[in-house]
Amino acid sequence: MSESIATKIDPSLLTSDDSASESDICLDVKNLNLFYGESQALKDISFKMKKNKVTAFIGPSGCGKSTLLRCFNRMNDLVDSVRVEGEINLDNKNIYAPNVDVTSLRQRVGMVFQKPNPFPMSIFENVAYGLRLQGIKKRRVLEEKVEWALKGAALWEEVKDRLDQSALGMSGGQQQRLVIARAIAIEPEILLLDEPASALDPISTLKIEELIYDLKSKYTILIVTHNMQQAARVSDETAFMYMGEMIEFGNTNTIFTNPEKKQTEDYITGRYG
Amino acid sequence: MKNWFSSGTPWIWLNAGAIALALVAVFGLLFLIIVRGMSHFWPANVESFHFQNEENSLIVIAEIIESETVPAESIQGYDIKEGNVTRYLVKTGNRDLLGSDFRWLYDIDLIKREETRDVMVIERIEWGNFYGYLDSVYENGTKVSNKDNAWQQFEKRIQRTADIRESILELEQGEIGAINYQLERLRLKEKRLIIDNKLTDQALNTITQKRKALNAEYELLLKQTQSLYKEINRDSIRATVMDGTVVTIPLEKIVKAWQPNKFSFSDKVFFYIESLWAFISEDPREANTEGGIFPAIFGTVLMVILMAILVTPFGVIAAIYLREYAKQGAIIRVIRIAVNNLAGVPSIVYGVFGLGFFVYFLGGQIDDLFYPESQPSPTFGTPGLLWSSLTLALLTLPVVIVATEEGLSRIPISLREGSLGLGATKVETLWRVVLPMASPAIMTGLILAVARAAGEVAPLMLVGVVKLAPSLPLDGNFPFLHLDRKFMHLGFHIYDVGFQSPNVEAARPLVYATSFLLVVVIVGLNLTAINLRNKLREKYRALDN
Repeated sequence: MSESIATKIDPSLLTSDDSASESDICLDVKNLNLFYGESQALKDISFKMKKNKVTAFIGPSGCGKSTLLRCFNRMNDLVDSVRVEGEINLDNKNIYAPNVDVTSLRQRVGMVFQKPNPFPMSIFENVAYGLRLQGIKKRRVLEEKVEWALKGAALWEEVKDRLDQSALGMSGGQQQRLVIARAIAIEPEILLLDEPASALDPISTLKIEELIYDLKSKYTILIVTHNMQQAARVSDETAFMYMGEMIEFGNTNTIFTNPEKKQTEDYITGRYG
Repeated sequence: MKNWFSSGTPWIWLNAGAIALALVAVFGLLFLIIVRGMSHFWPANVESFHFQNEENSLIVIAEIIESETVPAESIQGYDIKEGNVTRYLVKTGNRDLLGSDFRWLYDIDLIKREETRDVMVIERIEWGNFYGYLDSVYENGTKVSNKDNAWQQFEKRIQRTADIRESILELEQGEIGAINYQLERLRLKEKRLIIDNKLTDQALNTITQKRKALNAEYELLLKQTQSLYKEINRDSIRATVMDGTVVTIPLEKIVKAWQPNKFSFSDKVFFYIESLWAFISEDPREANTEGGIFPAIFGTVLMVILMAILVTPFGVIAAIYLREYAKQGAIIRVIRIAVNNLAGVPSIVYGVFGLGFFVYFLGGQIDDLFYPESQPSPTFGTPGLLWSSLTLALLTLPVVIVATEEGLSRIPISLREGSLGLGATKVETLWRVVLPMASPAIMTGLILAVARAAGEVAPLMLVGVVKLAPSLPLDGNFPFLHLDRKFMHLGFHIYDVGFQSPNVEAARPLVYATSFLLVVVIVGLNLTAINLRNKLREKYRALDN
């Protein structure tokens, strides 16, 4: 059911793109440096990310993984003292180029935060928020897309009878899935998940992880996590960061079983961090 | 002992004591004004005091207002120099005959006090209350009552007179008022055309015709009122005053009459409610010392509502700029300090500013631009409702700004990021997420603003309040809300009745009653706002999770 609606809305989301390997590259980060005033938070980071893969960012607290994640939808712009150097290319276009429209970038790159942050509105209005921003006013279209997004976030069955109730009455896990539904309702290409399960109980966490696995077919997902098992479970590729530098980036299995760098191994085996 | 101190118990007692003291002060104040003000409407029994000594005798019919015991030596004109004497402040009414409503009576040569059953009190349109005995009722100069049915006849005819009076009022203030208003607008229109050099024969013709029609209508209504006036003048009564004089009182001059000594308790309660309602719902008479205070209540509430409508957008917009857009630096700090200090400026200074800037400058400009036809008499270039509301809006602006800023700063960054992350611009985020969530705080600011504005009197005396406004600022004549009109205000009414009144004793209970109503109005306005805020709070409870 959810797929048929998805097909109606955007068939390209379901068909996998089999063209040249270059177009598999979704995000291309080149020599990214970020400064908070005088102090440098990200140091010369370069890597490439493939389409429809889950990439996990791991590392000790303060290593800059959240900061890096927030570079992809330019959320760091909100902080006055931030200065960014280098390039992040999304479909071969630098998102830090001067003529980039930040709001449309953020529609393409959705984000889910550490703490569930539903708006103080009804469940329906929460999911419809981004759609309304795009100027969609027709009730029928809104209803269709909201249903599709809620199904996509595996929440539909739980809330379909109380869409007009306040989102603040939901449990934490439900709220976080609602926030994911809100993000996918506007059909982004990339989803940024900033420790999406850290404030949740184990069962809710499991549900979120299953959801990430399902969403992989449609979106490129970047996830920051503190939980190494989680990174190992959900991601295809993993980046290990330390002190603002990207120490190692590669296939998740390789990183967790046979890391190249000693630092990575030490962190994964729990020797520090 | 040391343990007792370190346990914190004395602090708890100290705090509880402070709270108790505050509560006692508040309830004591309320109790005082309620008792002093609300007892005024209770129909007291009327007593006859019989005085007699060797030379002469005297009967006084009066209500006791208060009694006290004084040393006999302090009374002039008496030989007794020992012991105490009770003295009574009594209301004798009949100001037209006796010169004043109140007098002091001493418990000297007092031989008898009694409450005669058929003593009568009449509330008159002029000269205050009448106390005496009803003799007979007259219709067109002919006696129509005998000894038994005089009171029934009288009551029936009072009702009739009251009905006619109401019709006359309706005609004069309603329909004739509307015609006068239209005639005035027509005159101004003609003058306007002359000023603009556009007065064609055709336009003049239309105006003349309209004026003719209105005048004809006016003549018709005038005839109606004249016949009603004839009707209302039909009846009169004769009544005996305490010294035996017989006076004739036309019923037209009578508001109501009652025989308090015949009242049962439930009669008195009913009478009390009726009087209280009349006080709330009627226009004032006799230099505000009689009648009701409805225009003052109306003016206060309307002015506060207008003030709220004016101050909210200004305050909220200013707060949004200060908190969300302005670069937080030295200049903004200075502005914040200035805003906070603005709250401490004495209110009369705002009044002076309002008079100088709003009334004379802005109002004068508006008159020159838009109302040249009514010059030299000013339209907006004179104190009025709009300027009062604006002045008070300025006065309460800091409160709204500070409260709104407080509210904005409490909206969690995560919600803003959530909205921005979905592709919302800053403005969209503000409108859709931040402002709705800050609305309870904005309401808090508004509650504080209303509480301050409703009680403010000093600046209003300069920018629009008068002791007696001929018409309400809201009526049935286009454009219905007359922002240029002067209005009455409860706070000023208290001052006027209490300190500008020729009849101090009569005014005193009214001062308390009006004060009580002012408190009720402010509490009412606040409760409305608080209720609204609580609903909003309930809706946007997210801040706590």
